[in-house]
Amino acid sequence: MILDGKCPTGPIETSWDRHRFETKLVNPSNKRKYKILVVGTGLAGGAAAATLGELGYNVHAFCYQDSARRAHSIAAQGGINAAKNYPNDGDSIYRLFYDTIKGGDFRAREGDVWRLAQVSNNIIDQCVAQGVPFARDYAGYLDNRSFGGAQVSRTFYARGLTGQQLLLGAYSALSRQVKAQTVKLHVRREMLDLVVVDGVARGITCRNLITGEIESHWGDAVILATGGYVNVFYLSTNAMGCSVTAAWKAAKKGAYFANPCYTQIHPTCIPQSGEHQSKLTLMSESLRNDGRCWVPKKKEDCEKPAGQIAEDDRDYYLERKYPSFGNLAPRDIASRAAKEQCDDERGVGPGKRGVYLDFEDSIKRLSEDTIRERYGNLFEMYEMITAENGYKQPMRIYPAPHYAMGGLWVDYNCMSNVPGAFVLGEANFSVHGANRLGASALMQGLADGYFVIPYTIGGYLTTVKPGQVKDDHAEFKKSKEDVQAEISKMISINGKKTPAELHRELGKVMWNNVGMARSKESLTEALKLIPKIRDEFWNNLKVSGSGAEFNQQLENAGRLADFLEFGELLAKDALHREESCGGHFRTEHQYDDGEAKRDDENFCYAAAWEFKGAGKEPELHKEPLKFDNVHLAVRSYK
Amino acid sequence: MKLKLHVWRQKGPNAPGKLETYEANHVSPDQSFLEMLDEVNEDLVKAGKDPIAFDHDCREGICGMCSQVINGVPHGGQVRTTVCQLHMRKFKDGDEIFIEPWKARAFPIIKDLAVDRGAYDRIIEAGGYTSCRTGGVPDGNAVMISKEAADNAMDAAECIGCGACAASCPNSSAMLFTSAKVSQLAVLPQGQVEAKRRVTAMLDEAKALGFGNCTNHYECQAACPKGIDVKFIAKLNREYIKALLP
Repeated sequence: MILDGKCPTGPIETSWDRHRFETKLVNPSNKRKYKILVVGTGLAGGAAAATLGELGYNVHAFCYQDSARRAHSIAAQGGINAAKNYPNDGDSIYRLFYDTIKGGDFRAREGDVWRLAQVSNNIIDQCVAQGVPFARDYAGYLDNRSFGGAQVSRTFYARGLTGQQLLLGAYSALSRQVKAQTVKLHVRREMLDLVVVDGVARGITCRNLITGEIESHWGDAVILATGGYVNVFYLSTNAMGCSVTAAWKAAKKGAYFANPCYTQIHPTCIPQSGEHQSKLTLMSESLRNDGRCWVPKKKEDCEKPAGQIAEDDRDYYLERKYPSFGNLAPRDIASRAAKEQCDDERGVGPGKRGVYLDFEDSIKRLSEDTIRERYGNLFEMYEMITAENGYKQPMRIYPAPHYAMGGLWVDYNCMSNVPGAFVLGEANFSVHGANRLGASALMQGLADGYFVIPYTIGGYLTTVKPGQVKDDHAEFKKSKEDVQAEISKMISINGKKTPAELHRELGKVMWNNVGMARSKESLTEALKLIPKIRDEFWNNLKVSGSGAEFNQQLENAGRLADFLEFGELLAKDALHREESCGGHFRTEHQYDDGEAKRDDENFCYAAAWEFKGAGKEPELHKEPLKFDNVHLAVRSYK
Repeated sequence: MKLKLHVWRQKGPNAPGKLETYEANHVSPDQSFLEMLDEVNEDLVKAGKDPIAFDHDCREGICGMCSQVINGVPHGGQVRTTVCQLHMRKFKDGDEIFIEPWKARAFPIIKDLAVDRGAYDRIIEAGGYTSCRTGGVPDGNAVMISKEAADNAMDAAECIGCGACAASCPNSSAMLFTSAKVSQLAVLPQGQVEAKRRVTAMLDEAKALGFGNCTNHYECQAACPKGIDVKFIAKLNREYIKALLP
């Protein structure tokens, strides 16, 4: 089937304004009759729940953490982009739009990206009004820094804690609505099913993580803002609880999953120190503004302390390969370049899987104090984990899974192909194409939550009668029974392997075969191995305790069960996409100099997969991508 | 390294609890404290026993979910460090470690080391915001804010809401937490309009939830993983007095 994203036609500059005007409105006095469920309280979910509450809808918000303030958006460090052009360096909505399309390697939908760039400026104003303490210059104006993939300074920041501050802004707005009783919060709840009645999303089934009770919640619309899925690699920069579960349950109920193979491997993470490791820690790529990436030119120098390697014996590989963007080349390019150096046996640190990020020159030029003011918390974090002082010796970094560009397929209104099920933020596939630029995730989360969904959901709600299907419907009962049955099954296996052991096995298969570089051979291998781990999971899993209590092992097992199905789809998507683009690099498809080789003739589409059963062949639906406002070009950062 | 752990085990909010002893026999100095506990739990699960429940999520010191009292000190006593960022190289072979949950009346225990910190959310709901609607706000640069004010607000805003301040306070006071939000908004022009209402509402709520008052022990600042300064409590008191004046 050919999918239609339902983008407005006509001039792109006015497309969102026209669409907003043409979208039907819900009468103010009718809004409270509509019940909207929002799953996830990160930037997208928190902002959406707060704004829909303000508008007068009856909102119920859900999160698995103990408070809405803890979603993983909080860990974003570097900043948020906006086309304000405050520094007068030539930025504009068009430039932000163009950079995002190009950064995504021409695999995103133009209309959605334009809208994102357009509302980016409103986000900054909104956050300032909430009291977000963005960095200011001495004159009292908002300060900007530059980020990968852009030649203008358009990134707003709050020390190295921008995600925290923006999330707390959204959380404050949400708290105000909780007090006003327009939003009801359900914390420590995990969504375990989407309830679909006659093809329309009507609610969710979730587990109360404290009592283990399985609950039904009905809603006239369901918004999934449940984040990304890179914990499929086991080790990633995501929080431990981040999973594909909510999105995958929706996929199993008919929502198409788009471009799962577009995963972002972030270049500046702290390298792994051993097998015991449970997660990888990212350091903001803003470090690349002042840090220079290098490895020794000679293999025999790799064991030496960095200080003993002469300037002439250092290979500043990003500056060498990409003279105009240098250390600020986009993430996928910087990550792959680091991997190349290590594959060439010129890596440093344990297992030689690391490259240097060196601040010596910047400290000489600007002083240690200036560097401390800019990145102090990152240096502290680095020292806490590695026991090394980044001011005195270069940091060691290595790429790690960080972000999912793929996600549930949505149209221009952020609605999935299942009417009534909307998907926001990282959980959808819409704006980042095959690669996300730095400081654009915060922008998308808040754009979707504050400025897109509050308008587009109205258009849908005008087509449904409020409260038409409630939780006394048979589908809710059936969903509850299915969820309960799966939990009982996991507990009854009583095998030998814990969820962590099996997750580590899956992670290794994914990282080695479906990681930074993929080939037909490696992907075929992954597709052979994943079902084996899945079989072992269902025959040899060990989960202690019962379903009717606070049981973190059971939570992990449930999330892993979904990763074991989803991982296969990710590998299938990667195998089918016979080209390299953005974060998806197929070794068969590269230019002589190792750059990614796109195939616009055959793959200029979003691949949306329809679930047909575990272990069964999913069905591919294509949404062709049209570029009327940018010229399809080879992405070059040289 | 080999360690002996004494861990608080409690089935539920109203069940009796006690310290149980476990051995951690393969501890690497590069492990984080929580990774050490992960391994203890793996062993417990394999032995058919109930693993230790503890809250955690981001494991990079920012979500505020992890919450353990280690050897009597919330987060373990390393300066500006959450439990998840505490590494085992800070301990030595043969150490005995006591691990307990947050202790404060307003934070009831859910299970073992996991507590309910909903009370902090209630304090924010009482007034920890500016009441601006989405849209309809002025340009970000319309109001200039001095760098000092922005930095000062940011110093307070770094609070991660973990609850260590109340857990470390002999009065179980939530004053450091409350003062961080009140101060952040009080030093910014955006927060002025509602300043009086905010501070009284948040303090009234904290009192109603069962948090005590501040009697200047400063344990909270010492325990705070973000190093939030007790000067903000002074600011809070000043804001409160201002609010009481006509």
